Amino acid sequence: MIGHQHTRGGFIERTLASLIAIAEYSANAEALVERGGVLQRVDPRVKLAGLLALIVAVAASRRLAVIGFVFAASLLLGLLSGIRLGMLAGLIWVPVLLFSGVLAVPALFLTPGPEWAPYITYPGIRAAAFLISRGGTAATISAVLVLTTPWPHLLKALRSLGLPVVLVVILGMTYRYIFAILQTALDMFESRKSRTVGTFAPNERRRIATAVVGALLSRSFQMSNDVHQAMLSRGFRGEVYLLDDFTATRADWCWAGLFAGSAALAFWLGR
Amino acid sequence: MHIPDGYLSPATCAALYCGSAPFWYVALNRMKRALNTQMVPLLSVFAAFSFIIMMFNLPLPGGTTGHAAGIAIAAIVLGPWGAILSISVALIIQALLFGDGGITAIGANCFNMAIAGSLVAYAVYRLISGRAALDARRRVIAAGVAGYVAINVSALLAAIEFGIQPALFHDASGTPLYAPYPLHIAVPAMMIGHLTIAGIAEAVLSAGAVAYLQRADPSLLKTTAPGASGSAAIETGWGRTRPLWIALAVLLVLTPLGILAAGSAWGEWAPEDFGNAQARKQIAAASHDQAPPTSAPAGLQRLSTFWTAPLPRYAPAFLKSAAFGYLLSAMAGTGVIVLLFTSASWLTSRLRR
Repeated sequence: MIGHQHTRGGFIERTLASLIAIAEYSANAEALVERGGVLQRVDPRVKLAGLLALIVAVAASRRLAVIGFVFAASLLLGLLSGIRLGMLAGLIWVPVLLFSGVLAVPALFLTPGPEWAPYITYPGIRAAAFLISRGGTAATISAVLVLTTPWPHLLKALRSLGLPVVLVVILGMTYRYIFAILQTALDMFESRKSRTVGTFAPNERRRIATAVVGALLSRSFQMSNDVHQAMLSRGFRGEVYLLDDFTATRADWCWAGLFAGSAALAFWLGR
Repeated sequence: MHIPDGYLSPATCAALYCGSAPFWYVALNRMKRALNTQMVPLLSVFAAFSFIIMMFNLPLPGGTTGHAAGIAIAAIVLGPWGAILSISVALIIQALLFGDGGITAIGANCFNMAIAGSLVAYAVYRLISGRAALDARRRVIAAGVAGYVAINVSALLAAIEFGIQPALFHDASGTPLYAPYPLHIAVPAMMIGHLTIAGIAEAVLSAGAVAYLQRADPSLLKTTAPGASGSAAIETGWGRTRPLWIALAVLLVLTPLGILAAGSAWGEWAPEDFGNAQARKQIAAASHDQAPPTSAPAGLQRLSTFWTAPLPRYAPAFLKSAAFGYLLSAMAGTGVIVLLFTSASWLTSRLRR
């Protein structure tokens, strides 16, 4: 839900703000992962499978109360893991409310059924509540997972859930190069901004933006060639291996049972 | 465009994961065969690039700005299979790490944008760019159109996925459990924004990036330009005029559509029409209810017999089918014109020597 924040100013300032927002979000997430907390100590495989099961249970639920219960549980887990309410509100709830809220409001009036107030129907209220609560709860659970699990651990956990190893490696490398390319993009925009006096005509603004994209594309290819050469020089022959060094403790098995029980209960109650 | 969790039912999400899986499988195998050890770094870096450009704020005509998805530029530079994988990876990271798009909806988002978007962008780009040179302006236009069409096809798929939810997934009271708007609301609501701002943003990004690469690094455009020369040498003969011949052939085939037109063209009346009650009505209706003269004007009557056309009214007497008569007339007329100009061209070139 980041990266689409709008600030005042020209397109360079807005793009810079979007790019900086990614870097800030990532830095915050990494700082939080290093803190001690309840979920930080859980085996990533258990955490990933358990929280994904809860997300699917929320998606399948036909009862608002069940979605509310799962939301409260994920909020509690987040708080016990050191995630501040303000952070969740800023990163997740406000964007979800803005996005889903805008989409949900017309449903109050357009969904046919008995009226609760003039033009507002009962089914409309329930449909809007489903849309917002499901979106908010699933996004909260995703945030709790990502903010308490280092990305390399999350990738290894994905591998243990059956994702092809080559895809896991590509995901890992992509994450790393996002920041390399992000830095290049920031430098290009900053250098353009530092050389700019006055304003550009609309055509010129478009030309600059697309030229930056083209230049970034060209540099990305050079980077991929350099990375490829570096990989080859270190003995890469196309085979990919991952070190699986997770060992589940008794506490992890308890967590697995808790997650499985909660998800199953949510499925059953939400039918 | 990034569908969040909770908008699509688990059944829809599962179906779209299943729909995407074969494309991912084929794309992965094709890329592995084509690139071998280069696949992992190339796709990783390009996925990172796709992720970053989705954050770019593009200035659009009219003073507004918009975000593009970079679908077409990925399909043009990497080809459709590489684009499918790199955009999918970018979307997975957006959903998992940055909460942009739902985890349950990863399959749907990848199907709409990475798979359908890339394939459509590639097809449109190849169709329009043809065998044009790498630095031809036609490639810039092709990239812009490909971006515009691809993002709109992706949006239409998302709108259809939204629009079928209320009919398929509702509770006993009729309350929609997921996206609440039916197709007749979801499709226009989604498409208005994409046919205008998002579509233009994608077109601007794709066309602008291709124009830049033509000047700075044309080798990146070679993957999807088989048979294109490096520079725009002036084409001659069949290659240059082929699109015109194809367009002419299509128009010839469409000529029988003229039969569908009601009434007769204003001012193209035959002398006998003035004595025919039904034709007189049509003449009056087409002339602001001015009643036509009761008989054909003398001048018209006299000159109408001056020349008798070999195929009168595009309906040769020996043919019973009106449609075939139109087609035959069109072919005969076009053939005569082509013959005349070819003869004139041949004669001119002979005289110049």
